Amino acid sequence: MRHLIDPMDFSIEELEDLFSLADEIIKDQNSFKKVCEDKILATLFYEPSTRTRFSFEVAMLRLGGKVIGFSDPGSSSVMKGESIPDTIRTVGSYVDIIAIRHPKEGAPKYASFYSPVPLINAGDGGHQHPTQTLTDLYTIRKTKGQISNLTIGLCGDLKFGRTVHSLVKAMSRYENIKFILISPKELQIPEYIKTEVLLKKGIPFIEIERLEDVIGTLDILYMTRVQKERFFNEADYIRLKDSYILDNEKLKLANKDLSILHPLPRVNEISYEVDDDPRAVYFQQVKYGMFVRMALIMKLLGVA
Amino acid sequence: MLYIDSISKGIVIDHIKAGYGLSIFKYLGLDKADFTVALIMNAPSKKYGKKDLIKIENNIDLDLTMLGFIDPNITVNIIDNEKIVNKIKLSLPEKVEGIIKCKNPRCITSTERNIMHRFVLIDEEKGIYKCEYCDQIYSWEG
Repeated sequence: MRHLIDPMDFSIEELEDLFSLADEIIKDQNSFKKVCEDKILATLFYEPSTRTRFSFEVAMLRLGGKVIGFSDPGSSSVMKGESIPDTIRTVGSYVDIIAIRHPKEGAPKYASFYSPVPLINAGDGGHQHPTQTLTDLYTIRKTKGQISNLTIGLCGDLKFGRTVHSLVKAMSRYENIKFILISPKELQIPEYIKTEVLLKKGIPFIEIERLEDVIGTLDILYMTRVQKERFFNEADYIRLKDSYILDNEKLKLANKDLSILHPLPRVNEISYEVDDDPRAVYFQQVKYGMFVRMALIMKLLGVA
Repeated sequence: MLYIDSISKGIVIDHIKAGYGLSIFKYLGLDKADFTVALIMNAPSKKYGKKDLIKIENNIDLDLTMLGFIDPNITVNIIDNEKIVNKIKLSLPEKVEGIIKCKNPRCITSTERNIMHRFVLIDEEKGIYKCEYCDQIYSWEG
């Protein structure tokens, strides 16, 4: 039985297969509205996440399936001290597929050992969020036509941002990718990503502090939020904070065919004025996330 | 030079990294053994300069995974009639279960009851393992 726990669980070929299915769904949604009509998805959310939960639930509903679940463990048997294996075995005997979000790292993997049905990691603490990575890759493929031969700028908090780590790992499998890592020194990408992924595979990358200096070289700009409390000193924060806010002024320096992505939610790292720029694709990205989850549910249920 | 009699039937755990002999001795429960055992520490070694070794005058079940994890350079010699009849060279096990614990406070192993701590070997040369659940790195070198 197939689960999705880690963004690297699927090969490039399998991803391509999944993305092609998402393309078909977008092209003709009507043909897919009953493919899961006798199936039920359980969303077990041990910590709140409206966005991801809605995306999974809507994906299943649009395939004609049904949804049960909890979004607050306080209202479930978890509060009574039920273990993950017991919850998963019980829920797995009622439903056809499970999406689980948990604050503890590795909880979905542990759950998958006991799940009698396909299980999807919908985020485990600061560890993995594979369906976000699939969404990011699909958005890049959709807007650029391919996931190879690209210069991608990752901007903001590259140290703690799990979506960034997963995306670097996932994109490092494609041909001719160059990374521009834009962050304050305190928030640079972890050493193990550099040594184990980038240097090991000989993938070109540069680390730089100011977005303005490199924005003109990028095909993709992946924005993340920089929180003030992550800086060690006030002076650095004041010196650099505006560099991580994307506005129309900075966009004047960018290529015409740049694509701006963001995993959302946004706080103030992208000015609202940018939303109207055709290069801003973060709301399309949200929608693509739903189609990717539809394709994923179909693949894991074996109805594709 | 210290001389210890050779054994006629049993096990010699050789090439233990100097300083690790006592913990292996205790782990194997040999401090409570009712048969003849010898722990030799800091014996001269051509390969390592110094080594520890354990001689056991009995055939006991050894957890080779555990021994390999503690020290992959260990050699286990099975003795019969005062001769080595089998020489087992250990290596780092691919998987280690229930021996070491994940130190990541955000790992699911920190809260879930009855969960088995599991580590997977990711770098044999450097002896680096990662937690199967949260990917936290564990290295003998610390």
